[in-house]
Amino acid sequence: MTTHSSTAEVSKEPDRAEDRKGIDEITILWISEGMSCDGDTVSLTAADQPSIEDLVLGLIPGLPKVNLVNKVLSPSLGGEDFLAPYRAAVRGELGSPFILVIEGSIPNQNVIEGDGYWTSFGNDPETGEPQTLNWWIDQLAPKAWAVVAAGTCATFGGIHAMSGNPTGCMGLADYLGWDYTSQAGLPIVNVPGCPIQPENFMETLVWVLYHAAGSAPPPPLDHMLRPQWLFGKTVHEGCDRGSYYEQADFAKDYNSPKCLVKTGCWGPVVNCNVPKRGWMAGIGGCPNVGGICIGCTMPGFPDAFMPFMDEPPGGTLSSLAIKPYGAVIRRLRGMTNELVNHEPKWRHNKRKLTTGYDPHWRP
Amino acid sequence: MTTTEARATDRKPPQLVDMSWDPITRIIGNLGIYTKIDFANREVVECHSTSSLFRGYSVFMKGKDPRDAGFITSRICGICGDNHTTCSDYAQQMAYGVKPPPLADYIVNLGEAAEYIFDHTIFQDNLVFVDFCEAMVKSTNPSLLSRAERTDAPRGETHGYRTIAEIMKAFNPFEGEVYKEALKVSRITREMFCLMEGRHVHPSTLYPGGVGTMPQPTAFTDYLSRLMRVIDFVKKAVAMNDDVFDFFYEALPGYEEVGRRRTLLGCWGAFQDPKTVDYRYETMNTWGKEMYVTPGIIVDGELVTNNLVDINLGLRILLGSSYYEDWVNEQPFVTHDPLGNPIDMRHPWNQTTVPVPQKRDFDDKYSWVMSPRWLDPRTGDHLALDTGGGPLARLWSTALSGIVDTPYVKATGHSVRISLPKGESLPETTLEWRIPKWSNTIERDRARPYFVAYAAAMALQFLEEAMGLVRAGETKVFENYEVPDEAIGCGFHEAVRGVLSHHLVIKDKKIANYHPYPPTPWNASPRDMYGTPGPYEDAVQGQPIFEENGPDDFKGVDIMRTVRSFDPCLPCGVHMYVGKGKTLTTLHSPTYGANHG
Repeated sequence: MTTHSSTAEVSKEPDRAEDRKGIDEITILWISEGMSCDGDTVSLTAADQPSIEDLVLGLIPGLPKVNLVNKVLSPSLGGEDFLAPYRAAVRGELGSPFILVIEGSIPNQNVIEGDGYWTSFGNDPETGEPQTLNWWIDQLAPKAWAVVAAGTCATFGGIHAMSGNPTGCMGLADYLGWDYTSQAGLPIVNVPGCPIQPENFMETLVWVLYHAAGSAPPPPLDHMLRPQWLFGKTVHEGCDRGSYYEQADFAKDYNSPKCLVKTGCWGPVVNCNVPKRGWMAGIGGCPNVGGICIGCTMPGFPDAFMPFMDEPPGGTLSSLAIKPYGAVIRRLRGMTNELVNHEPKWRHNKRKLTTGYDPHWRP
Repeated sequence: MTTTEARATDRKPPQLVDMSWDPITRIIGNLGIYTKIDFANREVVECHSTSSLFRGYSVFMKGKDPRDAGFITSRICGICGDNHTTCSDYAQQMAYGVKPPPLADYIVNLGEAAEYIFDHTIFQDNLVFVDFCEAMVKSTNPSLLSRAERTDAPRGETHGYRTIAEIMKAFNPFEGEVYKEALKVSRITREMFCLMEGRHVHPSTLYPGGVGTMPQPTAFTDYLSRLMRVIDFVKKAVAMNDDVFDFFYEALPGYEEVGRRRTLLGCWGAFQDPKTVDYRYETMNTWGKEMYVTPGIIVDGELVTNNLVDINLGLRILLGSSYYEDWVNEQPFVTHDPLGNPIDMRHPWNQTTVPVPQKRDFDDKYSWVMSPRWLDPRTGDHLALDTGGGPLARLWSTALSGIVDTPYVKATGHSVRISLPKGESLPETTLEWRIPKWSNTIERDRARPYFVAYAAAMALQFLEEAMGLVRAGETKVFENYEVPDEAIGCGFHEAVRGVLSHHLVIKDKKIANYHPYPPTPWNASPRDMYGTPGPYEDAVQGQPIFEENGPDDFKGVDIMRTVRSFDPCLPCGVHMYVGKGKTLTTLHSPTYGANHG
């Protein structure tokens, strides 16, 4: 029987691009003027799966045309020219739907008495006075097709929302409300990480763009609005030092390739895929390279995890509990490992064939 | 006092226009530049730089466990977080009295080398060079572009572009060949970084007392093979940059005046020599000079000092145009350094941050950036040192000091020679950076690709030394310690864009005071209590304008080139805050390329 190849039949299949009822062109308005270090933008440029230039140049099939407006990458010299698309969006005249990306935590303006503000983005053209980040969010969030929070500062407040901070800052969902929905009916899409793992962010953004194109459902999010497939497991579950934990074999200081729980690693209870995915292109990470997990993707970061270099409070009990089990398992595995670390007996250069080969096995 | 020398010209009646750029693009952080431009005489008359972000690190660090300082201060900066962690670890090691094993120092050096290569590449090629690309030059200096089309590129054999305009075209954002390749190279070099320090931006494997990086041979092999993949790109970048910058001098006589200041450069040194460094304050002058980038202060071409103790003692944080209450009447944290030298109340060890939010007034207080200065003991002047965007000061200080002598990098007293091995398409190459005639915009930018080459060359040496230790079985990377009840420490390092210091005071095992001084407060500082403008202001103020557009369609490219030549990175300005601003009549806010990108 020959395979019947029929290009004619294939061409009758509905063309996804033509068939879908989606958005053809979308603008990404990225504001990094939160309490931030701009590390999420910098991290974004590390992504290669896909890369930001692939996205901007339209090299990913099935996505809408993407206009990226980001201060760090903008070819503009700055000022009003750079702000033009943001101002157009405020007036409702941008000409395409937009995704609002917020980087950095959101300050509390209400704690300030009198003049002043914590962070601004350009000046008010009428008065020449600085225009606050909060003003921009208040204007843009109700009009946004989707809202994405990039990094732990924007998602949960992050390092700048640490206890003792004078700005009273918080995450975007704390500011807009956890039940906020965008024009597309989507909740805020939170991509935590200090900074974002480059590919985690790009993959999420691309999913949102496929959704915009009409070819994908909204990205599945958990109760903290994180993409489920990225943050559904713990660091420990993807860590190549995890089996040392199971064998109750713990590093006493940082000179060791063993489990780092006793030297400050929070991996067993932190939702993050970095040890599994690596930092970029599969390279780097945290515990797998020798870094303790300090919980930088978590809502309680950093206060809940400090002091970072001490054993987490729960670690003492759980590592004690696993000790007898781990000691037995380690010994048994050691014995089996010894056993399987030998050449099978039939490999030799003697005259007799001892491999078990039987020339008559198939009559 | 302004630090720029006055220029004699035939003056026409001024035609003054207020111009502002806020926010400035293609930098990290929030920066605004406010100028008065005299279009009749085609020069900038006045410049104020301001930022609009306050986060309060020195406030919320207090009372925390000092070992957390490196993890927290990393988050000051989203591009050179590792420089902060490293500098914090240096300061903590001094306070705890701990010396990491040599292999840990090499691993840190290798991480930092990868960081310099990555950061300078992405900044120069993807952010700075957009100001020199075909699309930009076409819209600001069309006649220059047509000349560039007719001008052969002298180093075409190395970089492969026939004319200067072809190079400019390769720098067009998102579309040009070099722009795209630079993004790729910046990923490979970040992978090198991740091999040594776990993650980029905020590293995961650096600790006070050493590193956690597993020193397997594989980590070094993976690093070396990536370094060799980018080595020819580095050689080409130097050649391309030299061609474009030489063309600017030649085609636009007088361009050396753009962004020119007195030579007032500071470098705090980078790349410790594990064989001599013990991180003790008492011996800091000795091991400081052994660093593979020599620390130094250079004033008008003269080397004032290489001693980190002198550098430390001369630090002053001045107020003047900043929104702070003075702290001179507070109790000092540190009265004497460990050598018995008195410590000034305006020294970072004694600083207390007392913010006073108020309206922006360019005639009075207009910035939350304080003004770091260095007290020149010879003259009593508080010098507004700049960092030359990092590389200019580093190369200048290293070259003039003539101390560094390694198989790959040699300082000659007037130049730095950098040898790079054979790559895929280019032979072994020795590059020579010579001390330039001016400290200006073009030389700041030119130094950057040379320093990429420098860092790549030093990385080769660190790899050899580190592998030597691994092969000898010396694989210890961390040394334990106790946090003392009371201690002080300071770290001196180079962030990518220049001088970085961290000053730490511990009381009751907690942080009592912590002040990081990154390069950006040095460069972006406002006028101080003596009226001395900060380096951005000083470099822009008085500079000529070469752009062909008039006031109505003015883009301000020469001004932006100057500001960006310093590698502005505003998250560094940890104290920055701008009060509700006073209205400054802005007649025109320049625009560029709304239709581009």
